[in-house]
Amino acid sequence: MEEKVQFKLNGKETAVTVDSDRMLLWVLRTDLGLTGTKYGCGISQCGACTVLVNNEAVRSCMTPVKDVRDKDVVTIEGLDGNGKLHPLQKAFMESDALQCGYCTPGMIMNAYALLRKNPHPSPADIVLEMEGNLCRCGAHKRIIQAIQKAAVEIGGGS
Amino acid sequence: MEENLELEPAEPITGLRMNRRDFLKSTGSGIFLYFTIGDLPFLQEEVQGPRRRPSLPTDFNAFLKIGEDGRVSCYTGKIEMGQGPITSLAQELAEELDVPLDAVEMVMGDTDLCPWDMGTFGSMTTRIFGPALRNAGAQARQVLLELASENLNVPVSNLTAEKGVVFDRTSNMRRVSYGQLTKGKRIERHLTKPAVTKKPSEFKVIGKPTLRRDAKAKVTGSAKYSGDIQLPGMVYARLLRPPAHGAKLLDVDLSEAKKVEGVQIIHEGDFIAVLHKYPDVAEMALSKIKAKFDKPASGINDSTIFDHLLKVAPEGRVVASGGDLKEGKRAATFIVKETYLDGYKAHAPMEPHTAVVNIEGGKATVWASTQTPFGAKDEVAKELGIKPENVRVIPPFVGGGFGGKSANLQVIEAARCAKLTGKPVQVAWSRREEFFYDTFRPAAVIKIESGTTEGGKISFWEYHVYFAGERGSAQFYDIPHHSTLAHNSSWVGAQGSHPFATGPWRAPGNNTNTFARECHIDVMAAKAGIDPLEFRRRNLADQKMNLVLQAAADKFGWKPAKAPSGRGYGVACGIDAGTYVAAIAEVEVDKSTGGVKVKRVVCAQDMGLVINPEGATIQMEGCITMGLGYALREDIRFKDGEILDLNFDTYEIPRFSWVPQIETVILDRKDDAPQGGGEPAIVVMGAVIGNAIYDAVGVRLNRMPMSPERIKEALKRG
Ligand code: FES
Ligand code: FES
Repeated sequence: MEEKVQFKLNGKETAVTVDSDRMLLWVLRTDLGLTGTKYGCGISQCGACTVLVNNEAVRSCMTPVKDVRDKDVVTIEGLDGNGKLHPLQKAFMESDALQCGYCTPGMIMNAYALLRKNPHPSPADIVLEMEGNLCRCGAHKRIIQAIQKAAVEIGGGS
Repeated sequence: MEENLELEPAEPITGLRMNRRDFLKSTGSGIFLYFTIGDLPFLQEEVQGPRRRPSLPTDFNAFLKIGEDGRVSCYTGKIEMGQGPITSLAQELAEELDVPLDAVEMVMGDTDLCPWDMGTFGSMTTRIFGPALRNAGAQARQVLLELASENLNVPVSNLTAEKGVVFDRTSNMRRVSYGQLTKGKRIERHLTKPAVTKKPSEFKVIGKPTLRRDAKAKVTGSAKYSGDIQLPGMVYARLLRPPAHGAKLLDVDLSEAKKVEGVQIIHEGDFIAVLHKYPDVAEMALSKIKAKFDKPASGINDSTIFDHLLKVAPEGRVVASGGDLKEGKRAATFIVKETYLDGYKAHAPMEPHTAVVNIEGGKATVWASTQTPFGAKDEVAKELGIKPENVRVIPPFVGGGFGGKSANLQVIEAARCAKLTGKPVQVAWSRREEFFYDTFRPAAVIKIESGTTEGGKISFWEYHVYFAGERGSAQFYDIPHHSTLAHNSSWVGAQGSHPFATGPWRAPGNNTNTFARECHIDVMAAKAGIDPLEFRRRNLADQKMNLVLQAAADKFGWKPAKAPSGRGYGVACGIDAGTYVAAIAEVEVDKSTGGVKVKRVVCAQDMGLVINPEGATIQMEGCITMGLGYALREDIRFKDGEILDLNFDTYEIPRFSWVPQIETVILDRKDDAPQGGGEPAIVVMGAVIGNAIYDAVGVRLNRMPMSPERIKEALKRG
């Protein structure tokens, strides 16, 4: 059913008038032009489409727009503050934690939610939380390193 | 060699409609260096062979420009799909030209701006393109030094270049920048003979670990892939697909789909496309189409395929032979005969095949995820019935290829839709379509018979490879009597062989060949009661391979023992794209589930000169990780042309929890020619794991993937 759905997108109030059963992934990518969020499988099996909804990592390919009504949605485009890269983005760059880069936005968003829940994850914690994000290029080893590195930076001296 | 010092006004590059000749004219002043890979006599040898296409134009293959702003631009038809040339090629130019790395811009794959290139595959970028590029850079530097000599009135021998500035070594005051030297001039040179490139002792940029240059765009989400291209008025097309390869459309009812608001439907024979400004709405409308198909029953499925392939296999082509097999058999104290099997594998790049086509004024612009932009250009021209020069293909970032994006079916589909609707059209395959239309790595059979003498020397080797392709089939051991035959030399099979399309898959042919060869070597070693590493040494005259094996063994801390030792250690080696690779793995096998945990992989490589050790290491890690998949789990199940694995829920690719401790060693070989780096390390993964499983639990898996079910079964058989 076509209706108006309001939510916060990357910190800004946003409203779309759409069939609210449509999946968030496509509304973000096509209606709103935020193409950083990627399609990889469409059935919650790869994590390429991961975004944050109220700071939880969700698979936007299977999240109807109506489910984010009045919620806070953050995509990869909204992660850096005023042009300053988020520590995770920096750590991915410094660890060369990517090749083709197609899985990268989903990886970073999933890692963001992970670090919010668990600011000092062990490698085993990281593996467990990242297990549903696929990378065909095989950047896994460096992604784990990058997340650890970002955790240290975000944690500061704590 | 032509030189043209006339002033030419710089025109701004506008619009998308420019062909290369116009572009060259418009590129303004600067130094231009053109080169043609096939015409460089010092590279001839490497370029020839089966890959050299007869249509290689006499036009140049690539060029670089040093502009008035001192910036260096390299225009090449190669593409970046994660394997890293955007960084390593720039390093090579920065080195030879003495400019900072960030002064080098890579313009890649755009068929209007870049010269023709056959495609990005076969690990040829670094091996063949790289040396040519370095020569071009060195020659451009020579031109700059000569200009500077005139400008400063100092003999060339007194000049040094650094960071884009030439200066007089005797008086640092006298200096001139590249930008000043090229200002207002247009100098064109064709590289015809080798230039004086830097010696390894002079390297400042080559060999220095360098981070990816495209990382920032990729971590911020701003990097554009084909599916991210959105044009005004663009529609997304979803196509009606058959349920099985070879199925015929009998009847179709479009009425429900037509009712969806805003959809447009194309119906031309069995080409049926639903178009909408939102891809998900197009998909929803597509699901409302009722279609009946006739599914042919071939009786071929993933278990009968091997018998079928053997039945239709052509005569063998001799890949290598020597000595006399009969004599070798007589000399053997024991003979082993084995058959190795490998199923179909998907490329499964995270980005499915995607293309956007826009036709305007009889000209088409195409954005496509492709490893062969120039191939796509010709295909689109043919589909649209226009001249190739009226088609421009722009490859944005490519989200993984691994050989699978050499085929461009999605581009043709988008072109057809664009032509029929008069609108810009995007075709982005769903994951199901990606699996269905993938050009799989072929299923294959390998038969080996071999024998060993008293002292653990291999006396003969008879090898038949059916359908894997011949790359990597020629063995490199020191065997007096041997014969290697390829029945179907390519990864593409003749009509009637494979039930669907097959094609090159990262290190094509070599994964399957190395699996069979290196497992078989271990079978002999075990039978002879000799440590598998020692057995290899005894049979390897090739010093290069011995050193690579030694490097892996040292890093791993290998202690000799005959297999099965219960430790779960395995070794394997191979050669791909000129690179020698050896790996040692440690695994743990859960006897109750048949599950294998790969705990550690050490991999050593001799790849000649390494341009970017960081990039090379990443490629090795990527190969090791990706290779776990085909070794342990990946297998396309199918039945009568129907593909049963159509998404990641049943087709399992490596995940975080699979990844072992990975250690890599790259041998320091600065004086040798650079070899391929994006593929070699993956070829050893099947055998190194197979051999480690045998060492752990004493059973051999002759068929990949070595899945838990198959391991359990093998354990039961004992
Ligand atoms: S596209 Fe959503 S999980 Fe794969
Ligand atoms: S970097 Fe290519 S899929 Fe992860």
